[in-house]
Amino acid sequence: MSRVETSRAEAMPEAASQAARAPGLLWTFGLFRSELVTTFRRWRTIALLGVLAAVPILVGIAVKIETGDGSSTGGGPGGGGGEGPAFIAQITNNGLFLVFTALAATLPFFLPMAVGVIAGDAIAGEANAGTLRYLLVAPAGRTRLLLTKYATTMTFCVVATLVVAASALAAGALLFPLGDLTTISGTRISFAEGLFRALLIALAVAASLIGIAALGLFISTLTNSGIAAMATTVGLLITVQILDQIPQLDALHPYFFSHYWLSFADLMREPVYWDDLQRNLGLQALYAAVFGSAAWARFMAKDVTA
Amino acid sequence: MAPYESDDSARADDAAVLAAEAEEVRSARRRKAARYLVPVTVVGVAAATIGLVPAFAGSGDPDLPKISAQELIEKIAASDVQQVSGTVKITTDLGLPDLGGLADSLGSQMPSGGSGGDSGSAAAPSAKLLELASGTHTLQVATDGPDKQKLSLLDEAAEYSIIHNGDDLWAYDSASNEVYHATDAGEGEDSKGGEDRKDAPDASEDVPATPQELAEEALKAVDDTTSVTVDGTMQVAGRDAYRLVIEPKQSGSTVGAISIAVDSETGLPLKFTLTPASGGAAVVDAGFTKVDFGKPSASTFDFTPPKGAKVTEADEMEESGHHDSRFDELDKGLGSKDAENSKASKDAAGSEEDFASGLDGLKTIGKGWSTIAEFDTGAEGGMPGGGSDSTGDARVDGFLNSLGDQVKGDFGSGTVFKTRLINVLFTDDGKVYAGAVTKDALVKAANAAE
Repeated sequence: MSRVETSRAEAMPEAASQAARAPGLLWTFGLFRSELVTTFRRWRTIALLGVLAAVPILVGIAVKIETGDGSSTGGGPGGGGGEGPAFIAQITNNGLFLVFTALAATLPFFLPMAVGVIAGDAIAGEANAGTLRYLLVAPAGRTRLLLTKYATTMTFCVVATLVVAASALAAGALLFPLGDLTTISGTRISFAEGLFRALLIALAVAASLIGIAALGLFISTLTNSGIAAMATTVGLLITVQILDQIPQLDALHPYFFSHYWLSFADLMREPVYWDDLQRNLGLQALYAAVFGSAAWARFMAKDVTA
Repeated sequence: MAPYESDDSARADDAAVLAAEAEEVRSARRRKAARYLVPVTVVGVAAATIGLVPAFAGSGDPDLPKISAQELIEKIAASDVQQVSGTVKITTDLGLPDLGGLADSLGSQMPSGGSGGDSGSAAAPSAKLLELASGTHTLQVATDGPDKQKLSLLDEAAEYSIIHNGDDLWAYDSASNEVYHATDAGEGEDSKGGEDRKDAPDASEDVPATPQELAEEALKAVDDTTSVTVDGTMQVAGRDAYRLVIEPKQSGSTVGAISIAVDSETGLPLKFTLTPASGGAAVVDAGFTKVDFGKPSASTFDFTPPKGAKVTEADEMEESGHHDSRFDELDKGLGSKDAENSKASKDAAGSEEDFASGLDGLKTIGKGWSTIAEFDTGAEGGMPGGGSDSTGDARVDGFLNSLGDQVKGDFGSGTVFKTRLINVLFTDDGKVYAGAVTKDALVKAANAAE
């Protein structure tokens, strides 16, 4: 924690002097930058990203060993290829599919958990460490601080997704051949377009995390304990995922933030099937609006004692 | 603050201060509450949007010139849409338990089951199309003239595509990365297969039109037993459409009404809904959610098996003698969905009875909507699989027993298997009566046959 505080202490005067010179946009940017630096310098963040980067490598090695005897079909006997994460059957033929498989494997749990840790820590962690009031002493304003915190969390979503994708691409390129690929509709696209789609998919996955980031931030404003906020966020994530599996709750499913997460795979269809992707984005935007404003309402009125 | 001083003027001041403080606290509280109004408003607006938008969208029935049922049917018949692509949503609710599991268990039973055994291919069309018989499915369809069609069944992070391009017919299952391939040329050897194959392009000519096939199927049944009316207009996939309603006049049928939305410009049926006489949700509801009459890009119909995919040739299956039924089902799948569905439900209820005994003893009783098919399986005991071929049938037997209703009548006794559309009566002396009719009508038919 001392490391965090020193970096914060370094960042503050700089931000304050910027505020004196050009208040407004530039100041906000300064605050955002100092938040980013603080967040990404934490060992916790680096460890989370390290774990995320390891997942695709593990999947790649496992598939490589499994198919090392020359058989190239991913599916077991009886056409059991539908099991396991999506796209896993195609990895051996094209390393680029490792990107999709890795994202499909990490999206249900690893990625949102990492985001939940960062988002839950955003306000509650500062309050816990006793740094929140110093942040508010500077003429930042609570709204701006909250927006900065949310922007930092969103940046983490994108970075985390790109880390998974990049690590998967590297592992896929090393372990398996690359080349033209077949979409799940059976049409062929060039490797360049495949890369472009992979980037789109990574962005779609990052956007899928908007909802839980907003939820985590709201929970973070409710408590002064960073651990409690993280645990609650991750707990909610698991609860929602379980509820999403219960058929009797069918009518509620479209409103769970995780319901359309796998829609990113629709980007691999030809023609792309946009309906679920749009629904996903709309739902994430709704969660961001509801819990973002709830977090704002709570944070504006919160007694900051630490 | 000194609220208890006895000076009168001070007391008045204090009261003012107190009032001001109280006011401040109240206003702070109000501001606090007002802030929480923001998320509440967002939720409210979102709920209102979700709740009201479909209602508004549905209320605006398009204003179209009046048209008679005859004219509308002619419009459908004259419809010559060569190029179309779009998204089709199919919801089937036959009132059966989850068919997925049943299909699996039947798949391992049926000699021709696509997923059965090691020699089968997960990409073979029969098993996949059986999935359509329950639940909601989204399909993407594209067609460009009689030679090029594509039909994809969208799955979670996977897709099952059937692509017909010239002489080639490909089926690709992306989940298992398996390919099924058939060519026109490879068909000629087998006479029956060849015949089927000749029909296939004709049938698939209308793939654009999954709903079109359905409509034609339904219109075949039009005679004095049926009433056909045009019932207003509606919007389907953003297009103005007439609503054609077909209702059986006879009693005893389980079919309540069939409603077909016909595109007012092209005459292409856009939506097909079959509601049961018993009420409730539609048994079959198939319609475009998006439709585009432009030319689909040529690359849509190009297919090269992906590297490393397991390719099963239809010829190989032919050698093992199972290929015909696959094609039957494929043609049905490409063509008429309701035939597929009724087939599926018969499969479900009748197990492999159909396959085992063939249709040797098939007779039909009655006509029109309340037609009942009767066949004699010759198997004592009445239960499917209970006779000749009982190996490994225990699961199916148990499953069917749990589904059936025991009935008695002049014919003796038997078991009725009910779905929301098709009912099947197995008598204990080995006769089977099946039809889209009520249980009572089946019993009556069985009594009359005795």
